[in-house]
Amino acid sequence: MGLVQWATSPLGQNVPIHIAWFLIWVALIAGMAFLAAHAIYMKVFAKEKEFATSDSIYDSGKLPVRIPRHSLTARLFHWIMAASMLTLLFTAFLPKVGVQFDWVTYHWIAGTVLTISILFHIIHASFFLDFWSIWPDRTDLEDAKSRTLRFFGRPAALPRKFAKYPLENKLYHGTVMLTGLAVIITGVCMMFRVRTIFFPRNPYLFGDMTWGLMYVLHGLAGVLFITLVILHIYFAVRPEKLPITAGMVFGTMSREFYLKEHDPTRWAVESSKPQPGTSHGD
Amino acid sequence: MAVIRDVMPAFQLLQPTSVADAQNLLQKHGNHAMALAGGMDAFDWLKDRIRKPAAVVDLSGIEELRGIRATTDGLEIGAMTTLTEVVNHPVVKQQYGLLSEAASFVASPQIRNQGTLGGNVSQDTRCWYYRAGWPCYRAGGNICYADTPVGRNREHAILHADRCVAVNASDTAPALIALDAKFVIKTAKGERVVNAEDYFVGPEHDITRMNILQPGDLLTSIRIPAAWAGSQFFFEKVRDRNVWDFPLLNVASAMRLSGNTIQDIRIAVNAAAARPVRLKAVEDAVRGRVRNASTGEMAGKLAVQGAVPLQFNAYKIPLMRNLVKRAITGVQEASWA
Repeated sequence: MGLVQWATSPLGQNVPIHIAWFLIWVALIAGMAFLAAHAIYMKVFAKEKEFATSDSIYDSGKLPVRIPRHSLTARLFHWIMAASMLTLLFTAFLPKVGVQFDWVTYHWIAGTVLTISILFHIIHASFFLDFWSIWPDRTDLEDAKSRTLRFFGRPAALPRKFAKYPLENKLYHGTVMLTGLAVIITGVCMMFRVRTIFFPRNPYLFGDMTWGLMYVLHGLAGVLFITLVILHIYFAVRPEKLPITAGMVFGTMSREFYLKEHDPTRWAVESSKPQPGTSHGD
Repeated sequence: MAVIRDVMPAFQLLQPTSVADAQNLLQKHGNHAMALAGGMDAFDWLKDRIRKPAAVVDLSGIEELRGIRATTDGLEIGAMTTLTEVVNHPVVKQQYGLLSEAASFVASPQIRNQGTLGGNVSQDTRCWYYRAGWPCYRAGGNICYADTPVGRNREHAILHADRCVAVNASDTAPALIALDAKFVIKTAKGERVVNAEDYFVGPEHDITRMNILQPGDLLTSIRIPAAWAGSQFFFEKVRDRNVWDFPLLNVASAMRLSGNTIQDIRIAVNAAAARPVRLKAVEDAVRGRVRNASTGEMAGKLAVQGAVPLQFNAYKIPLMRNLVKRAITGVQEASWA
């Protein structure tokens, strides 16, 4: 059973046409299996999170009760992107599993919304937010190594508290970014094959092989998103992550949670900057 | 076009003698089975070796699928009743002349002797790219070869195209929609009765099917209610040659008049889209109006709203406008006031 469906073009060329649709179920089952395994691990085996004590001095009393985490603009982007992403997934895959409806128009409209929102996000994050806060840094990698060693019972220093985003968030963002770019770029090209309000149809924009590979890449990225979205929603509703999820709804998190999990020297909130003359908690 | 090889691929020929047996066989073989009615469509697929079913379920030995029966509310026509029987049946001719006339326009006498009513409404599209076995959308691929700047699309869709621009070529389908017929389908979950227009599927809902039949389903009969018996009927088919040809467009209407006022009407066209299209907007617009040329004119213009021509089929728009005009007035254009 191949991962890709092939067909013979009118020119006799063997060309890919799209992914094998059983991959939808593979992605769904993989997501659910991870979810189940992680939930069991967290319930039975996981230990309380441990962080190294920071020696930086800050006056927690000066911190606001609610720590600002996401601006209204960032939250609007997130929920618009989420709505368009869910619409894209449902309109793409429900017809493939037997739920028939007029899906193409909804799909390309949702794709357009996603594309515009992502373009906005790139500009917003590059020029108006702390661009580097979502990318893994050296501290993340060192702490990830420590956590891994400690997980396997090997001696290692305690990891430091997180910056604004834990490493897992950053890696998830990177994966979503790459998958999203793949699905968007191929999706925009595929819009040349259907009737939209944007440009005249041109099915000859690429050759059969290029089109086929584009459909395959679009499909692979699409089914990967099934797993990624399952994981994202799962972690969003996990009890220990709820303060972070609430931050994406209300824009803030509690001072207690901030001090428990985040390092003010790595994610400085206005009044939580270290006092002059202190170290940065390395 | 596909090379006719004339030697069909090997398959298991199954010849049930009851609907229950046929349904069991179709369900057992699922996607790997092909139902064979008159064979007028199916044999092309087999001889071109485009479709290679593991099993062919021949329905010709099932007596209960044949014949035209009077019911308390009209007629019930078995799906395996031949088109010639439909054309010649006295009650169909007298009370439901629209269907009789539509069936008489199908192909040639020889084909009508062999072809069935169920087969005619369930036939696959005639798009040659698709029937040649090319990997188009309808065949599960990712392109429509007809909807390209140089695609041969003179016979293709002007309405409701969605990636695929193939059309439904049935002549009896619009007549059955106009008569408010019900299609009786045996499914794994039991009997299902659907309105004629709901039997057909456009590419926006399922690009690989022409109708709602799922693997294992069997169309057993078509019920025609008495509601439209003896109404004013109109059927016209335009084709490239006057015998043995598929429609470039056809129109069917059933109308009830009060004096010269249109009391009620049902009207449908086919070969304009991948499914026969009931023109509800036209029905609503002309109901209560005087039946004359100006009403016909208005109806014709309304009917083609939203039509999008392809490279070579723009002629279908005025053609459809005029056919709808004629269906409303019920007369040839030359005799209009």
